Amino acid sequence: MRRSTRRSRASTRRPGPDGDITLSDMPNPAVVEVRGVNYSAGSRQIFNGVDLAVRHGSITAVMGPSGTGKTTLLRLLTGQAFASAGSVQVLGQDVASLRRAELFALRKRMGMLFQNGALLTDLNVFENVAFPVREHARLPEPVLRRLVLMKLEAVGLRGAEQLMPQELSGGMARRVALARAIVMDPEVLIYDEPFVGLDPVSMGIIVRLIKRLNDALGITSIVVSHDVAEVGSIADFSYLLAGGKVVARGTTAELQASNDPSVRQFMQGTSDGPVSFHYPAADYVGALLDTSDLVKGARP
Amino acid sequence: MLRKIGAVALFLLQVLAACGPALRRPSLIVRQIYNSGARSLIIIMLCGVVVGMIMGLAFSDMLSRFGSESALGVAAGLALLKELGPVLTALLFAGRAGTSLASEIGLMRATDQLTAMQVMAVDPMRNVVAPRFIGGVIAMPLLVAIFNIMGIYGTQLIGVTVRGVDAGTFWSQMQNQLDFSDVGEGIIKSLVFGIVCTLMAVYEGYHAEPTAEGVGLATTRTVISSSVLVLVFDYILTAAFL
Repeated sequence: MRRSTRRSRASTRRPGPDGDITLSDMPNPAVVEVRGVNYSAGSRQIFNGVDLAVRHGSITAVMGPSGTGKTTLLRLLTGQAFASAGSVQVLGQDVASLRRAELFALRKRMGMLFQNGALLTDLNVFENVAFPVREHARLPEPVLRRLVLMKLEAVGLRGAEQLMPQELSGGMARRVALARAIVMDPEVLIYDEPFVGLDPVSMGIIVRLIKRLNDALGITSIVVSHDVAEVGSIADFSYLLAGGKVVARGTTAELQASNDPSVRQFMQGTSDGPVSFHYPAADYVGALLDTSDLVKGARP
Repeated sequence: MLRKIGAVALFLLQVLAACGPALRRPSLIVRQIYNSGARSLIIIMLCGVVVGMIMGLAFSDMLSRFGSESALGVAAGLALLKELGPVLTALLFAGRAGTSLASEIGLMRATDQLTAMQVMAVDPMRNVVAPRFIGGVIAMPLLVAIFNIMGIYGTQLIGVTVRGVDAGTFWSQMQNQLDFSDVGEGIIKSLVFGIVCTLMAVYEGYHAEPTAEGVGLATTRTVISSSVLVLVFDYILTAAFL
């Protein structure tokens, strides 16, 4: 009942001044649809009625301050966690209703780049990239070798095929992980904070790679990040998460032009705004002027 | 406590279910036999010799009080094959290979490697846990055999060359008094201890909190639970074989 109410509300929304665009406004079919999702971790509610859609072939950014559940959203998309209410549809399948084998089959059509790369530390670069292929396809070794070298060439690391993950810089590790994520030619590629901890050069490389791979391979990309400038430069469409909801959606330009205080605060990176810099605490001046502990400490 | 026993039992069932597919990947298992077994060889051999030397001294002293120095070989053989070999090897295995397994899997959890496998539609139980479990279970009896050989050598070294027990008596007594049931008891114990130690290591590693402290705690819990369980199962098995 609640879900149907939400759906009818979503379908009647029209683009607003903040770029509030509905699924029906999107020119390509949605590859990912999240509708009315609630999710809690213990007693803490992470999502409270999140709706978003990712259209085919696009780069969609999911942005938001730390702790707003961006990575949790990816866990919902990949079936590592399940919503307590609402639905998560990926490539036309309801993730929560899939059996284990069906979920694994769906995951084969997806790729994911983890924040730290998550390379298998006992395998070298070549074997890391070859890993999903060895697991899921019985390719002759010469064919596999050429496939892996093509993917490594795409990320500019063909010459590093024999290095171990411990010998790679953060940027290189993420590029190897990207090669591994695309080696099975996924239809959806998910990036979890791909720019965190990278120097400007590595960051620029990763930004260009995401754009180039998306265009060349026709992949649908979902980039979760709080690096507004980087992700905004390549995203076709963006969602801004805060307080368990989607507080804004639209193109980067539309978000930049938004008058919503929380959107402006996030896009401009200011400390003053609806998102407080300070964690909730008792009165600061009162805490400093309270001398009861000093008197107690002065006693012999 | 009961909840943990239930969780470990369920985990064992999951591991056993994953062992079939894992057996089709012998290269993974051979690598784990190397990691758990071959890399424990030095400490097992060293401890085996030293334990044997201690027994050579202690047993020859005790037996000489009853005028039975000639029984040194059989006493050392029985002690090693039935008790000391499996138990001490299992305790050393828990400290060397068990901690290594727990911390390795725990770190894989902390660095998202297990999650990455799941997202790549690869089951970590089949690719990570089961090969390590099988490798550990296979390695343990081999390590026990090596420990026993080194222990008997150490006993002979001290008993015969230092304490003056006759070498012929030492070996012939051992050959006459030990039978296959003694060896079989040791083999069964080593297999059970292999299952216990490896299971606790992979369980604790797989369920470690994905933090540095969590991995450390998992490693500690592996040693403690393995050691206690080895002694408990040793008592049960010894009673069963009487």
